[in-house]
Order: sequence, then C-alpha cells, then structure tokens
Amino acid sequence: MSNSWYEKTALEIRDAVRAKKVSALEVTDSCLKRIEEVDGKLLAFIDVWADAARKQAQAVDAKIAAGKDPGPLAGVPIGVKDVLCTKEGTTTCCSKILKGYRSPFDATVIERLAEAGAVFPGKLNMDEFAMGSSTENSSIQRTRNPWNLDCVPGGSSGGSAAAVAGHECAVALGSDTGGSIRQPAACCGCVGIKPTYGRVSRYGLVAFASSLDQIGPFTKDVTDCALVMNTIFGRDPKDSTSADIPVPDFTKALTPAVKGLRLGLPKEYYTDALGAEMRDKIQAAIKVLESLGAEIVEVSLPHTDYAIATYYIICTAEASANLARFDGVRYGYRAPGVANVDEMYRKTKSEAYGHEVRRRIMLGTYVLSSGYYDAYYLKAQKVRSLIRRDFMDAFKQCDVIVTPTSPTPAFKIGEKTADPLEMYLSDIYTISVNLAGIPGLSMPCGLTASGLPAGLQIMAKPFDEETLLRVAYTYEQKRGFEMGMPAALRG
Amino acid sequence: MAKITKADVEYVAGLAQLTLDEATKERLVGEMGDILGYMDKLNELDTTGIEPTMHVLEMTNVFREDEVTPSLPRDAALMNAPKTDGEYFLVPRILDTE
Amino acid sequence: MKYEAVIGMEVHVELNTQSKVFCGCSTKFDAPANTNVCPICLGMPGVLPVINKRAVELSVAVGIALNCTISRWSKMDRKNYFYPDLAKNYQISQYDLPLCANGCLEIQVNGSTKRIGITRAHLEEDTARNTHTIGGGDSGVDFNRCGVPLLEIVTEPDIRSAEEAYAYLTSLKQILRYLDVSDCNMEEGSLRAEANISIRPVGSKEFGSKTEVKNVASFSGVQKAIDFEIARQQQVIEGGGQVVQETRGWDADKGITFSQRAKESAHDYRYFPEPDLVPLVVDEAWEAQIAATLPELPRARKARFVSQYQLSEYDSGVLTAERPMADYYETTVQCGVPAKPAANWIMGDLQALLTEHKLEIGACKVTPENLASMIALIEDGTISGKIAKDLLPELFATGKSAKALVEEKGLVQISDTSELEAVAREIIASNPGPVADFRGGKEKALGFLVGQMMKATKGKANPQMANDIIRKELAKTE
Ligand SMILES: [Zn+2]
Repeated sequence: MSNSWYEKTALEIRDAVRAKKVSALEVTDSCLKRIEEVDGKLLAFIDVWADAARKQAQAVDAKIAAGKDPGPLAGVPIGVKDVLCTKEGTTTCCSKILKGYRSPFDATVIERLAEAGAVFPGKLNMDEFAMGSSTENSSIQRTRNPWNLDCVPGGSSGGSAAAVAGHECAVALGSDTGGSIRQPAACCGCVGIKPTYGRVSRYGLVAFASSLDQIGPFTKDVTDCALVMNTIFGRDPKDSTSADIPVPDFTKALTPAVKGLRLGLPKEYYTDALGAEMRDKIQAAIKVLESLGAEIVEVSLPHTDYAIATYYIICTAEASANLARFDGVRYGYRAPGVANVDEMYRKTKSEAYGHEVRRRIMLGTYVLSSGYYDAYYLKAQKVRSLIRRDFMDAFKQCDVIVTPTSPTPAFKIGEKTADPLEMYLSDIYTISVNLAGIPGLSMPCGLTASGLPAGLQIMAKPFDEETLLRVAYTYEQKRGFEMGMPAALRG
Repeated sequence: MAKITKADVEYVAGLAQLTLDEATKERLVGEMGDILGYMDKLNELDTTGIEPTMHVLEMTNVFREDEVTPSLPRDAALMNAPKTDGEYFLVPRILDTE
Repeated sequence: MKYEAVIGMEVHVELNTQSKVFCGCSTKFDAPANTNVCPICLGMPGVLPVINKRAVELSVAVGIALNCTISRWSKMDRKNYFYPDLAKNYQISQYDLPLCANGCLEIQVNGSTKRIGITRAHLEEDTARNTHTIGGGDSGVDFNRCGVPLLEIVTEPDIRSAEEAYAYLTSLKQILRYLDVSDCNMEEGSLRAEANISIRPVGSKEFGSKTEVKNVASFSGVQKAIDFEIARQQQVIEGGGQVVQETRGWDADKGITFSQRAKESAHDYRYFPEPDLVPLVVDEAWEAQIAATLPELPRARKARFVSQYQLSEYDSGVLTAERPMADYYETTVQCGVPAKPAANWIMGDLQALLTEHKLEIGACKVTPENLASMIALIEDGTISGKIAKDLLPELFATGKSAKALVEEKGLVQISDTSELEAVAREIIASNPGPVADFRGGKEKALGFLVGQMMKATKGKANPQMANDIIRKELAKTE
C-alpha cells in the first residue's frame, strides 16, 4: 500500500495524513517517484521541485506533530500549470519570451492551497500562453495522452490533465479561457471544472483573455474537485473581478440525488457535427441520470453558431494587450544586438513567440485597430450579450445543461496543426461557457472504441456550482464503471 | 473573400511591434483572411439596441483604500531584467518620439 | 487678412494620493530610482490593478469645482502603445466615458471675464521616467512615477490668445491647489500643460490644422510658445504654405517651437474597456458627499472678502490667491482685530518676511492668533506701529507671543503726559535751530522735533501724544 499513495485521491490522502496513517513526506516521495517513472513517457512536467515539495511535506508533518491543524488538503500533491505565478522555480507560460522568469510572488490560489497544507511537486506543460487545444504549442515539449501516447492530451492545460490522469499528482491546477481545463480533462479522462467567472482570484494567473480566464482544478473524481473548490474559491481584494459571494462547503453538495432536477439538452449541440460514437456515450450518461429521476428538457441556445467567431474576436483582442508587456525591458527574453528600442521590441517578440501566439496577437490587434473596432470587437461584445442571454433563458427551463465536452476524442499529435480555423472550430462546446461566465465541468463518461476517454460536460447557472457538483457526483456514483489506470501506463 | 492584404498585415504588425519575414506575411494574409472571413458571420445578426458585455459580473465600484503597502526591494524589482545598472532598467537609447 | 488663434489646453495633473492609483506603492517624489515599485506597477506577469478610491474622489472633486457633469457610470479603458515608460505597453485611462465632462472655468483677462469650456477630465496612470544620461548608449527607466494617479483636464478650443491660455492655467492651478488635490509643481512634473493651436481668418467658423505644443516647463513658457506658434503659423499661411498637423516641442533657450516627428501609426491606440476593472458608479449621494468636502473656491472667496471685510478687489485677490493665505487671514480676523490692518500687516511686513526667508505661510512661526494679538496691542495703544514693525521679525524668528515679547523688552508705549513733557522740553532746549524754524512758520520742522522725541524714547512714545505735547511745549516757551 505504501508504494501506491500516488494512486489515491486527495480526500484519501488528506484523511490518512491527518489521521497520521501516512506522513505527508511519504505521500510526496511516492508522487515524486511516480513522476520519475512515468513522466519520461508523458512529458507532463516541465519542472519538478523535489526538494521544495519534500520541505513543504515536512512542514505539514511538523504541524501535525505539534498538534496543529495541517489544513483541509494536508499532504495533497498539487501540480501547477506554468501559467500560474510561483515564487518557487520559474513561471514561463511555456514561452521562450519568459524563459527563466522568476515571479516575486505566489498566485493567490497557490497561497491559499499552501495554507491548506498542499504540496507542490512542480510545474506542468501547456500551450504557449494557454493558446491552443493540444499542448503542441508549448515551446518546451509535447505532452502525451496517458491513454494513447501517440495522442495529444488536449489543451491548453494538457500537462495538468495528463499528470492527474497519469497519477503523477492527485490534483493539478489549470486555467480555462475557452475550454482549456474541460477539453484536456475530457481527453485524458479526469474531472476538470471551469468555475463561474469571478469565483477564483485571477491574481497570479498570467492573463490570456482577462474577461474569460478562470483557474480551476483537475482531479481524479468529483469529491476531490469539491474539496479543492472549498479552498480556492472566494473573494480576493487583489482581483477587482473576484466576486464577493459566500463560498459554501461544496462537499455538502455531494449527494446522489437528481430526482426532479431538469437536465437541459441544447438542440444546437446535438447536431451532425457530433460524432455518432461520442453521441452514444453522452446519451448513455444522460440515461443514467434519467433513470435516477432527472427530467430531460430540450432547450435552445440559438446563438451557438456565433460563439466561435465571438470568442476569437474577444480573446485575441484582450490577448493582444495582455501580451504587449513581454517586451524585454523589465524581464524575459531580449533579442541580442539591437540598436534602438523599436528594434528591441520587434526582434524580441518576433524571435520569442511561436506562430499561434503571433497569429492571435495579429488578429487581436487587427480587430481593435482604427476602423475595425465597431465591426469586430464591439459587435462581438454585443453578440456576447446575446449568447449570455441564451443561457439565462435556457436556465429558466432547466437546472443544468448537459452536453459533450468536445466533438471528438483526443486526436493524434501533429494531426491538426496545419489549419488554425479547423482547430478553433473544435472548441464549439466549451467556449460559450466562458462567454456567458457560467460554470462548466467535464468528467469522463466512458471510453471510445479506440480506447480514448469521452467527456461529459455539465453547465450550471452563475454561482450554482453546488447543483453542478450534485449532478456530476450522482452520475459518477451510478455510472457503473471506473476509469482505472490509463492504458498506456498499465503493467 | 480577400479580407486582408499584405499591407494590412504590415500595418498591424507595426502596431503590434512584430517583424515578420515574407513567408510569414504571406501565411498570415491567408490565415487571417480565412479567420476574419469566418468572423464576418456575426454580421448576420442584428444587434441594434443590444448592450455590449464588458463584464459578465454585475459588479461596480471595487476599490482599495489609499494606503501605502511595501514596495519590492530594488534588487527584487530588477532581478529579472535583461539589463540594469543596479538602479535603472536599461534599454537601448530611446529615440525622442512617442 | 486678420487671423485669430484657436487654442485648446490639455493639462495633466498628478493627484496627491498617498499610494499609486492601482497598487499600494508610495507616490513620493524623489525616492531613489525603482524603489517605489511592485509587481503591479512594473507590469509583471499575473498582476491585476485595483483602483484607489481616493483617486476617484479627488477626480470627482476637481470635476465639481470645474462645473462638470459627473458621470453616473464610467469605466476605465486600455490605451495601447509601445514605449519603455509604459510597464504594460498599455496605459489604463478613460476613453469614451470620462469621470467628468462638460464643465467650464471662468478666467479674468484685462478686467473682463471669459468662460472656458472644459470638455472632460479623466483619470489615468502616469508613466515611468526615462533618463538619457546613463552612458554607454543606453537609456535608463525608473518606474517610481509609473502608476501615480493622473487627471487629464481638456478644454474646448475656446482660448483665443496666449494671455488667455496663461490666465486659464493660473486659474486652474489656483483651483487645484485650493482643492488640495495636487501640488501642481511644474518642475517636478506634477502639472504638465500642452496646447493645441491653430489659426483661422477672423470670422471663419472652420478650424485650421492644429499643432500640439508639448514639454513646456512653465506657464510663461506656454504663453511664449503659443505666441511663437501663432506667429509661425501665420507666416506659413501668408507664405502660401499649409500648417502641418504635428507635435512640436518648445526650446525655451532659443524661444522657438520645433517639429517632433511622430510615426504614422502612433495614434492608433486601440482603446478597449479594461476587463480587469469593473465600472465606476458615482451616484448622487456620493457626489454630494464629495461636494460637501469642497472648500470655498477662489472666486467666491475673493468676492466674499470684498463684501464681508470691505477690502479692495486687489487686496482680496492677493489674500485669496492661495488657500492657506486666505485661511490665515480669516483666522487672524476672527481673533477680533479689524479687517483692514490685518490685511495690511499680512500683505506687507509678514509677506516680506516670508519672501525673504522663502517660506510658505503654512511654515510661518507667527500664528494668526499671535499676529492678531500684536495688532490688538497697536489698536489699544500699548505699542506703536513703529515698535510693531520692529517686533514682527522677532516674532517671525522666534515664534514667541507678542505680549510676552513686549513685556520682556519693555516696549510698552509711553503715554505718561509728564514724562513726555519732560522729554519735549529737553528736545526744545537742544534743538534751537528747528525750534526757530518752526516758530518762523515752517510747519515741517515740527516733524523733525517729533522724530527726535521718538528717537529719545527709543520709539516708545505714543506718536500722537508726542505730537500734541511738543506743540504745547513750543507754545509755552515762546
Ligand atoms: Zn506598485
């Protein structure tokens, strides 16, 4: 048993650590050993903080020895997407432009998790500046899907999803601007939530698109998700957009009771674009909930077709400003041998950004530029209102909305990088959630014939994560299968 | 639809302070043209009278009080700088234009 | 052809909050480079701004004082451009919904009043300072100033001459200092003025191409730069040329403006609403609360000084030029001394001492109460005005009370008739010449004799009594 602490859930770990059945150090060592064993295949971690993690674990153990409360996540190893600022190690967003950058502060979520007794084994791979759906845009490495090493783990938080699915850490943090938590969670067969906008402080999250970004956890099950939400949710005076809304104890929402709950199925999501196999998986999941007394309601989100255009205008516009600061003046890469400031900016940015980032900066700059603002940016902001209104209308008829997370399972590495528009279109089921600011969770609903996980997405009203968790928990309890060890890591 | 010309790409690259080689410019003319063409889909919608969503949260007036909090020690402020003299961030000479 | 100038002013003023507008760093001027900086004002990855409530309140206070409409609903925007003094390469500013709009300021030029429209006043963050004296071909950047709250006040093109521009700036500065929202120190850059200047034939309704004159270090410099620019533009037009719309700098040494070339794309700022900050709502209650904290403004106070204290327009203007001086005056008068002598003492001897010692009234050791008690001593005849004139520098230097000093030095005026009669007799005896002159009809000689009496009593003689008594004694001994 002692060797397989890495396989345990966060709840199991913290209960055992608090009950002194195992030390936090033993758990950490188990996790570090696991990383050593499998990360050569997965390439999820870009930096492993063995010494720091052991010290953090020892501090938890010392607290317990001294009879103090070690916190609700005592000894739980939590991997960190490289988009979050940490004093430990570097914070690079997997971009050359931030290579070697050391943050002078910890993100608010890191502070809160550390306070709760978490241990941080290291930083996880991602698409450069969280721009991508496959983690192939990382300047560092290409993370593999634990279910099939030839496949992508999804993105942009691919490292986080692969690390949790591969049992390298019990929990990982990711960020979700248009599906960057939910889509990789679906691809790798773990649970991932994008909280309501404003639930989690963005302080210390390197911004991609400020009005859409949220931090959320990847976990092995719904219970762990609730556990982490308890710690990271809540108002932060450092983030003006963090909502001053009370945080309930989410573990109390974990009751298998969906009787009378109305599950909305948006007709615009169940079209021919959804593969037959994926549709079957989702329908089977819905059947499970229906058999437990949930009511099925067809709802309409009439502006679904406009979501991708809206999303890519808003996110690129915001990104074009957010990424302007990487200029080689105060930190990060500076191109050598430049004669003046303009040349410094130009050479630095051109040499250090990957093509996806460059393209999005170009698009974002264009849609804000003189003469195009009204036609693109302002128009998109207005359509965003329509999309948001669609959801509010739908939630008059249902309590949660249930959809696939992604139209297809994980694809092969290198398969889709050629056509950016095609890649953008695959975000169809996740991006509306960010535009509307509502919470969305993805959880596994089985394996496809090719042995890849399928993801079920549940959306709820703003700030109603409790109902969302209740539905997810009920399904998890009653779905009748365990995901188990991913195929590529068995034996 | 040819949404974007090479001159547009060059103008936008200038605003964004990017230097692009000829191949990349050509590539972006195509890619941006496709994507912006797709975005024109929004013109199908009549948005007369619709307020833009700047924030999904209906929050206003989030303030801090006017209190001084500790600044960074100077070496921590300069720690990541590509070039400093221990006091200033150094950059290649700034031409006197904005 | 006769031309008229069309001028609009843009003034940037640093608001005197303790901390910066989006972070808790100090706004103190003159700190060693890059010591008042933090991850937020350095634009480090992952940081977020949180707006300083006081900066909003000060902006609204200025708006109210400038008769602006205060926006019930406003927001912050990002203004995008690349420059090393900008930590994020965008400036958080306000674009289409400024906090204050549609105000006006009345100015006095050549005895008449003119109303200058205020288009808007909006809140933004100041930029860092670049220095070009580092050596080695590099420029240095100091981010201490980056993030200091800045209010940009923009006028309508209502100004028609350099004198009006000067009057506008003076009047604006006076108000800002009354409100105590900024020290308005041009040398330290806490107030910066730019002028947009164009000319057109008198009677024309259209605007000519304008130039923007920047980087002028003083109000008189602005006045000179505008005069120069009006003349230059006229010359260009009369020579058959066209005025180029551009930014021009001011060379104070040569007294000329010069072209500062700007990139073609420099003004495509790609403004969009700042997603990291939520909208600002200043409701009627909050506006009223801020309005209630506003002091009486200079124009109103000057008018009140004229009517309440029966001072001249000129004296009222001098006394109300700065709020601390006006406060000093009113406190003095409230101690029960007559208004006119109080005004004379403050504007005369006290101001001279302040000027000599380069002090502000706030740093003056003579409290208004103390000055009032000195004036009271003159009024009740305890000391002479002459004594008081000698006394004030000592009060100024020591901060001692006037009463104590008068007693300590035995400066109480001699009003004892017999004592003064004795002195008068001595003076008459020892000055036969002037006495003869007086008796010969030369009234002037009397002044000399009174002076001798004052001298003999070290100034302590009551001057009126000395005058009467020597006259009487002269009559007796005739
Ligand atoms: Zn700061």
